[in-house]
Amino acid sequence: MSALLHVEGLRARVGGQQVVEDVSLDVADTGVTALLGRNGVGKSSTIKAILGIIERDGTVEFDGRPIDRLRTDRIVRQGVAYVPEDREVFASLTVEENLTLATRQAAPNRGLVDELFPELRERARQRAGTLSGGQQQMVSLARALLNDNRLLLVDEPTKGLSPRLVGEVTRVLRTAAEQTPMLLVEQNLQVVREIAQDVVVLSGGRVVHRGAALEFLDDQDLVHRHLGVAA
Amino acid sequence: MSTLVLLLITGVGLGALYFLVASGLSLIYGLMHVLNFAHGAFLSLGGLLGWEVGRRVGDGTWGGLLVSMLVGMLVGALFAIVTELVFIRRLYNRHIEQVLVTVGIGLAAVALFEGIWGSDPIITTKVPWLRQTTEVVGARVPNHIWLLIGVAVVVLLAIVLFLRFTRFGLVIRAGVENRTMVTALGIDVRTAFTIVFAIGGAAAGLGGVLASVYYGNVSAHQGTSLLIYAFIVTVIGGLGSLTGAAIASVLIAVLQQLANFYLGGTGDLIIVLALAAVLLVRPSGLLGRAA
Ligand SMILES: Nc1ncnc2c1ncn2[C@@H]1O[C@H](COP(=O)(O)OP(=O)(O)OP(=O)(O)O)[C@@H](O)[C@H]1O
Ligand SMILES: [Mg+2]
Repeated sequence: MSALLHVEGLRARVGGQQVVEDVSLDVADTGVTALLGRNGVGKSSTIKAILGIIERDGTVEFDGRPIDRLRTDRIVRQGVAYVPEDREVFASLTVEENLTLATRQAAPNRGLVDELFPELRERARQRAGTLSGGQQQMVSLARALLNDNRLLLVDEPTKGLSPRLVGEVTRVLRTAAEQTPMLLVEQNLQVVREIAQDVVVLSGGRVVHRGAALEFLDDQDLVHRHLGVAA
Repeated sequence: MSTLVLLLITGVGLGALYFLVASGLSLIYGLMHVLNFAHGAFLSLGGLLGWEVGRRVGDGTWGGLLVSMLVGMLVGALFAIVTELVFIRRLYNRHIEQVLVTVGIGLAAVALFEGIWGSDPIITTKVPWLRQTTEVVGARVPNHIWLLIGVAVVVLLAIVLFLRFTRFGLVIRAGVENRTMVTALGIDVRTAFTIVFAIGGAAAGLGGVLASVYYGNVSAHQGTSLLIYAFIVTVIGGLGSLTGAAIASVLIAVLQQLANFYLGGTGDLIIVLALAAVLLVRPSGLLGRAA
């Protein structure tokens, strides 16, 4: 197993504040790497920094090539899809328009998306802003999965969803990860246990733990120290 | 009664002129968060060059006017594209500097136009039909008003159709809502910036030609004075909202005409009061999204 995404000494600022202090991590070229940490430690900011959505410095290599100087849209076109925290669907556009906009290839994976999210097909002409939170999350995931990606960056996809939907989204993530490696920010440790193989734990904008997912989750002490919860 | 009708219809005509300027301002602000103070210069140059070419083709003829309008649009669009590519793009995400640059371009352009065409308005020749009037419920409405209204409606429809049914329109609508996320879908949003500038510049350049029809003259300053009204209209309509700009253009121009006639030439004062009132009650404008 080798690293598809290699991050070293990543630093990023938001609004004049250093939110990513010094992050080094690797994302394996298969399966799910979970990025964990308490609220506000800089998980979302780390992902945004990798994508160049916020200003950053440090090294980011994708498949052996540096991408830390590239514009966000160029990075994404190399096959790096982003599912942001809080969905960020285009509220004034219809479901269909959201998907059309996200399509980067001539033959998008419509079949897969229809199969994973049959509801979206029925609601194609509905404005995304009028969808429920769960449905918006499906649009956000569908936007990513429409394309053949080489890496998925997924930020808290189960946030605020009912237990049933959490199960549904977990299933989608597992299916997606069979094809495409994933860096996943996730607070629900049960979900992490089900689908992640590696974990990277942040605290105060720095990496404080790195290792196999199950080993970490089974270490009550470690989980409590870094996440403040019982596994 | 006939006076009221006349004021209402000419108000809508003036509103059409405001809209041609405001549509671009609103789109540019909505997508790029740039208040484009160079927009008046797009209008002036469109009017001046449109007049130069049009009168050579046929002074005071429909053919000459049509050519003027085409030249005005083309000139406005080119000026806008150059402005975006050469200045705005280099200052990506630096909004204050972008605004300052547009102020500079606006001032420099007017000075240049004055150097070429002088600072006095140049009287233009109207197509004979446009000099006549048509009677509506007893009111004698100048025919050029119909031209203004007709062109503005066509421009509004064209922009709406473009936004609704083209890929770039989709990118622009999405970008107005959340530009970062458009980029995060792998789309180079800068192409959309250039297109929005081009559309706005074309509408302004066309507005320049129509302003010369409306006022009966062209001048280096025409854009500057119209720009102020267009900004007010854009803010009242809600920055970034095309429909808002259209509605506000007509409302404000009608209000201005009525106040000028019935309240002793207080049109400008009333507009500013209307602006203040809207900003107090709805800070994001009539159809604007809350910031
Ligand atoms: N726009 C901003 N302005 C100022 N500070 C910000 C901004 N965005 C984020 N921050 C700060 O940066 C730090 C990291 O935020 P980030 O969103 O990356 O955390 P997170 O680990 O994703 O948290 P959560 O689990 O709550 O999503 C936080 O302290 C946050 O307050
Ligand atoms: Mg977060």
